[in-house]
Amino acid sequence: MRDEGTVHQLKLKAAEMRLQIVRMMGADKVHHFGGSLSSADVITALYFYKMRYDPARPTWPERDRFVMSKGHSVPAQYVALAMLGVFSRDELSTLKKLGSRLQGHPAMHLTPGIEACTGALGEGLSYANGIALGGRVQGLHFRVYCLIGDGELHEGQIWEAAMTTAQRRLNNVVAIIDRNRLKAMDASDGPKVLEPLAGRWRSFGWAVREIDGHDMCAIMDALDWAEQQSNKPSLIIASTIKGKGVSFLEGQAGYHNAPINPDQFARALTELESNLHTLAEAQL
Amino acid sequence: MTTLTETRFAYGDALLKLGAENRQVVVLDADLYKSTRTVLFKEAYPDRFFDMGISEADMVSTAAGLASTGLIPYCNSFAIFLPGICYVPIRTQIAYPKLPVRLVGSSAGLTQGSDGASHQSLEDISLMRGLPNLTVLSPADDLETTQMTLATAALPGPVYMRVGRYPVPRVMPDDYHFQVGKAHVLRSGGDATIFATGHMVWKALEAADLLDRAHIAASVVNVSTIKPLDVSLICLIAHQASLVVTVEEHSIIGGLGSAIAECLLENGNSRRLLRLGVRDVFGESGSADELLEKHGLQPESIAASIQAALPRLVTRKQSAMNEE
Repeated sequence: MRDEGTVHQLKLKAAEMRLQIVRMMGADKVHHFGGSLSSADVITALYFYKMRYDPARPTWPERDRFVMSKGHSVPAQYVALAMLGVFSRDELSTLKKLGSRLQGHPAMHLTPGIEACTGALGEGLSYANGIALGGRVQGLHFRVYCLIGDGELHEGQIWEAAMTTAQRRLNNVVAIIDRNRLKAMDASDGPKVLEPLAGRWRSFGWAVREIDGHDMCAIMDALDWAEQQSNKPSLIIASTIKGKGVSFLEGQAGYHNAPINPDQFARALTELESNLHTLAEAQL
Repeated sequence: MTTLTETRFAYGDALLKLGAENRQVVVLDADLYKSTRTVLFKEAYPDRFFDMGISEADMVSTAAGLASTGLIPYCNSFAIFLPGICYVPIRTQIAYPKLPVRLVGSSAGLTQGSDGASHQSLEDISLMRGLPNLTVLSPADDLETTQMTLATAALPGPVYMRVGRYPVPRVMPDDYHFQVGKAHVLRSGGDATIFATGHMVWKALEAADLLDRAHIAASVVNVSTIKPLDVSLICLIAHQASLVVTVEEHSIIGGLGSAIAECLLENGNSRRLLRLGVRDVFGESGSADELLEKHGLQPESIAASIQAALPRLVTRKQSAMNEE
């Protein structure tokens, strides 16, 4: 049984993360609301529950790595790093502004805690494999977590990388698919059908687990399960809702990368603050 | 009898040496290790060699990840595939964060030969030169390839280097010492300045010999670092002759010829410029020498092009000779 207090704390962190994501994006500016919000629970569980990570030493050679292959969702990672104190929360308001370290897509050489430059989809899992191989060559022990969008699976390089991970038995690589079923224009399974998704990855030599990507206990269980896999790399298919946490953003491909107006912004903050408040009250 | 060596062989030998000297060096290949000559490293250091299969983009992104852990990866494939297929991962994951990945494009240029246009890389320098933070190298012979390969290990940022499978003689002097960013003057003459790179340095030297017989004195400069360009030396040498010539086994668009043109015009040198190379067309199957001949890159053609561009000078010199 999970300690209820721990789970509750993580739910609070995720609620806070969503609030901070929307707050940093603000009104009337084009931002990747959908994918940042859909992945917030998984990112919370990684940074605040599972990963061996010292915020005071973001370049520690034996740290666990998180590679954001779906680079457009990096605002969620920025918030996690700021919540951990890798950089100041004040910096979040500079997102995508001229001169900011917080670029629209991850820039490892600019932002402490960012592990890879991504943005063109399909490249992150190969990079994660490279980190794992680098650890193997140098006798360093860590895990590499890679978050991939479901639409991103249209990119052929993901499947090249999936073969590499399994073939080289990089069993410390854990891939997580943010299965929110929407890409930039419409359904992720529209132009290229992804199902049977779990079966495809199993046939590539991966251990696969499918979970509700907004169920904190299920995410924690899956991350623990991945750690136990000693013969295969692990894939967690996290079913999520694009825009999760803001009613009018949920399930809308139109808010993949779009602005919300000041009224919507106020409503979004109200919903997220109310959710956070309810959770905090439940704790008492 | 002059010994001819393919630069890819010198590269493979030097990489093997690097493997012994530097434990941080790792090598990736995409199912071409016998052609690229990384097979030597593979056999000597199997734990630091990764055959990624026929997956060039996966290889390049994996190399970026390896570099992020402090290793020095050498990525190998044919020059046509390495910058071509992998342009975006090279750009985003390697050049942008300045990760120390070395990209080695093998069998570069027309002299790839019989495989035809799909395999003849005539645009790789152009693609790589346009990326910030990337050092772009093109060695002339075995000596320079060896020195260059060894030198790349210590460079802080990413590198693209092109090597070939065309046998060339030693053209660099025995006391040569390669330095990144330094061009090297191999012979001096006041009528024309020839800037050449890669295999074409040899051809340019031979062309200069032919011109000499026609009483035309040409300088030949080996520009083996295409980026960063040796601006001060290039401007100085170009200033000494009335005609500037570039010779490359590459498209004249975006390669050495473009780099020299940009450099000279930006620095106020408006000498006449003759760009010899592949003139905005694709290659085709044929032997290396036939292809060089077809594209005007054999010594006789290079000399003829230069003579044609120097009509008044030639006339003047020849009349002087007749008076003698």
